[in-house]
Amino acid sequence: MVWFSGMWLGIGLLMIVTLLGVIVKNGLSIFWPSRVMEVELVEGSPAAIQGAKVLAGEVRKIQEKSVQAEKGGTAREKQLFVGNRDAFGFGFRYVDESDIAKISYPEGIVLAERVEYGDLIGYPVSLKLATGEVKADSADFTALLEQTVGAGNARRGEIESIEKDQIGKINHRMGVLRLSQRKAELDGKITEDYRTEIAAELAELQRRYEILAGKAAALRAEQKAGLFVYRLPTGIEREIPAGDLMQYYYPNQIGFFGRVGHFFSEIWHFFSREPREANTEGGVFPAIFGTFVMTLLMSVAVVPFGVIAAIYLREYSKQGPLVRAVRIAVNNLAGVPSIVFGVFGLGFFVYFVGGSIDSLFFPERLPTPTYGTGGILWAALTLALMTVPVVIVSTEEAIAAVSRGAREASLAAGASKWQTIQRIVLPASVPGIITGLVLAMARGAGEVAPLMLVGVVKLAPTLPLDTVAPFIHLERKFMHLGFHIYDLGFQSPDSEAAKPMVFATTLLLIALVVVLNASAILLREKLRRRYASSAF
Amino acid sequence: MEDIHPAPNLDPMSQPSHSVTSAAETGASAAPIRKKDYIQVRDFSFNYTPAVRVLHGITMDVPENEVTAFIGPSGCGKTTLLRNFNRMNDLIDGISHEGTITVNGQDIFDPNLEVISLRKRIGMVFQKSNPFPKSIYENVVYSLRVAGQRNKEVLDEVVERSLKGAALWEEVKDRLQQSALGLSGGQMQRLCIARAIANQPHILLMDEPCSALDPIATAKVEELIMELKKQFTVVIVTHNMQQAARISDRTAYFYLGRLIEMDQTLKIFNNPQKKETEDYISGRLG
Ligand SMILES: Nc1ncnc2c1ncn2[C@@H]1O[C@H](COP(=O)(O)OP(=O)(O)OP(=O)(O)O)[C@@H](O)[C@H]1O
Ligand SMILES: [Mg+2]
Repeated sequence: MVWFSGMWLGIGLLMIVTLLGVIVKNGLSIFWPSRVMEVELVEGSPAAIQGAKVLAGEVRKIQEKSVQAEKGGTAREKQLFVGNRDAFGFGFRYVDESDIAKISYPEGIVLAERVEYGDLIGYPVSLKLATGEVKADSADFTALLEQTVGAGNARRGEIESIEKDQIGKINHRMGVLRLSQRKAELDGKITEDYRTEIAAELAELQRRYEILAGKAAALRAEQKAGLFVYRLPTGIEREIPAGDLMQYYYPNQIGFFGRVGHFFSEIWHFFSREPREANTEGGVFPAIFGTFVMTLLMSVAVVPFGVIAAIYLREYSKQGPLVRAVRIAVNNLAGVPSIVFGVFGLGFFVYFVGGSIDSLFFPERLPTPTYGTGGILWAALTLALMTVPVVIVSTEEAIAAVSRGAREASLAAGASKWQTIQRIVLPASVPGIITGLVLAMARGAGEVAPLMLVGVVKLAPTLPLDTVAPFIHLERKFMHLGFHIYDLGFQSPDSEAAKPMVFATTLLLIALVVVLNASAILLREKLRRRYASSAF
Repeated sequence: MEDIHPAPNLDPMSQPSHSVTSAAETGASAAPIRKKDYIQVRDFSFNYTPAVRVLHGITMDVPENEVTAFIGPSGCGKTTLLRNFNRMNDLIDGISHEGTITVNGQDIFDPNLEVISLRKRIGMVFQKSNPFPKSIYENVVYSLRVAGQRNKEVLDEVVERSLKGAALWEEVKDRLQQSALGLSGGQMQRLCIARAIANQPHILLMDEPCSALDPIATAKVEELIMELKKQFTVVIVTHNMQQAARISDRTAYFYLGRLIEMDQTLKIFNNPQKKETEDYISGRLG
């Protein structure tokens, strides 16, 4: 029997480790810049792209495939990431190994990340700038390309700052002005003076907006001014605005340290950038941030609620059938499917509470809902409700474990019941409370289904925290890593292209849950040591 | 317990009688500082459950500025009676009582009485030492903290005075901020004594305070009790006859939930009126 359960435990552990291994390997491998293979095909191969015999790409997978019996059972095929989605219409190509006539790794091939259409793989031909055309074989081409891409990135940053921050602030202010006018009208307190005052400020804002918009348009035009000319491995020459290039490298030239550097910079970009192109490119920063903030909000909500409930149940309520029923109900709450909580959250928090808040505090914005629609606060509260039983149960256990002697000593010293709870019972229960929180976070951070009903979106234009007053925007919709995985893996138009991102995002979600839990556990150990008891 | 206690004098009776004389002298010479503060127990019976009566019709007076010792075999109800004086038994479900107990003339079971204010006037040292999982310092000042005292100087002074009183100061003065749970069993017990006297209660209830202490610490605690009775009324439960004889002015002997005999310690030990008392004392000592 021991052997049997030991074996099952071993198998379970092995499966978990294997799964983690697969996720880690696949999640990290997309950041590793592998070499680009150029393949010459035999005549008549179905893998040929647009009739060309040559194609090039990163080898992503080598697999067996079954073929008809007369050809000899199985054959191996390579999956190449060929990029250039704008030219080919796809990003991946399967090539039978038997179709390959020649393999080479040409030095001159470049891999560039673009604003649109994913990666570009090809040979640089020339740069057409306002100052004239510079051929790829001329001496100053390398330096010029680097400078052009750098300038393009700087300009893109500038455009973004103008459009997002500066124009965003103006729009926000305009919205506020319009709303206050509307509010005054609704309240019947509008005066002619006020109206002209607002109109004047709006005109001034509009003027500033136009200046900024003009500046952004000029910068955009500049982005399109220079052209990068390149030749596809298939032989066709194409050109794209040089400003669309985000970064580039020569995958067959860089050495090991270059690769490692690239690897880490890619990881950093993944962490810090916003997603592009239906989330299949770019980073996942908003999703990390959204998950993190949502989990924190959930913790902030769940701990006081759970602790107060546990104190009431354990210390104040009269132990009897009613309390026992409540306790059973609480325990069963933990078993309710999470989607049910989502529906409840939508009905109660979003429509009822949110709707009431809107009609009470933001009537001037109606019919556009402010709190009456999914948002990070409602998502956090819904998850808090879902995870509160865990906190209640572990807090109750911790409270019950506080020694009778310490309670009596406190009461004998003239402390009231509440003082005893506050000063003796709760501090000693903190490790237990944190255990509950850890379990709650572990469940809450990975939960997706209920969130889809109460505020998670595929792409949130703004973060829940920013520099516009009041800085924390609890009503905003947000992105979440779990939902991101679902969206990438099952909702994206090119699931093959999104697959590496799915792995990377999964790895990240696991890592985030581990980090949150580990920090809570560390905190608990620290507190435990503080209240460590010694042998008598 | 007796075996760890030194018996320097070969004649067991000579030492107690000597001590009692000196105790009586101190009691007589100390001028009463406050109005007399009695605990009066009248016909008091106590049940833990309706079926189990553990105290039967007890009537006694505990005089002010004296040390009263409760002695008796294990399970006879000493702790139960002691814990009634500050209503610690309220925590137990299903208890009931008959008769009255008054402290300083006030009925402690009066529904209008604030239990907290009663407990503030009564310090208690429990049979099992029960320090809080807090620092040594916070343990001592606990009763002041819950009473709202914030002044650091006052607290510091109280800590030093109380720990010195409990003969613990020298051992812990350099680690006041460390957890009290790191102390030895005997040190914990003395810490609990320091905690009980910190807020200068009028009455100090001690339930076998020396059971975990070595002879030196025991002597220090006894010294403390002699000191304390100048200001406080002390009730001490002890299984150590010599201790009862040395430090108490009055001794009450309990047996199976009944008060068998209560009188001046000198009389109880030298000339008990009841045969049970004599048996118990001589049995223990002989
Ligand atoms: N919480 C309780 N519930 C029920 N019965 C109790 C409880 N506490 C004590 N008793 C019973 O009451 C009786 C008196 O107990 P008490 O603790 O007062 O004895 P004691 O004289 O202090 O004994 P010891 O010298 O061993 O400490 C015992 O029979 C005991 O079993
Ligand atoms: Mg006892």
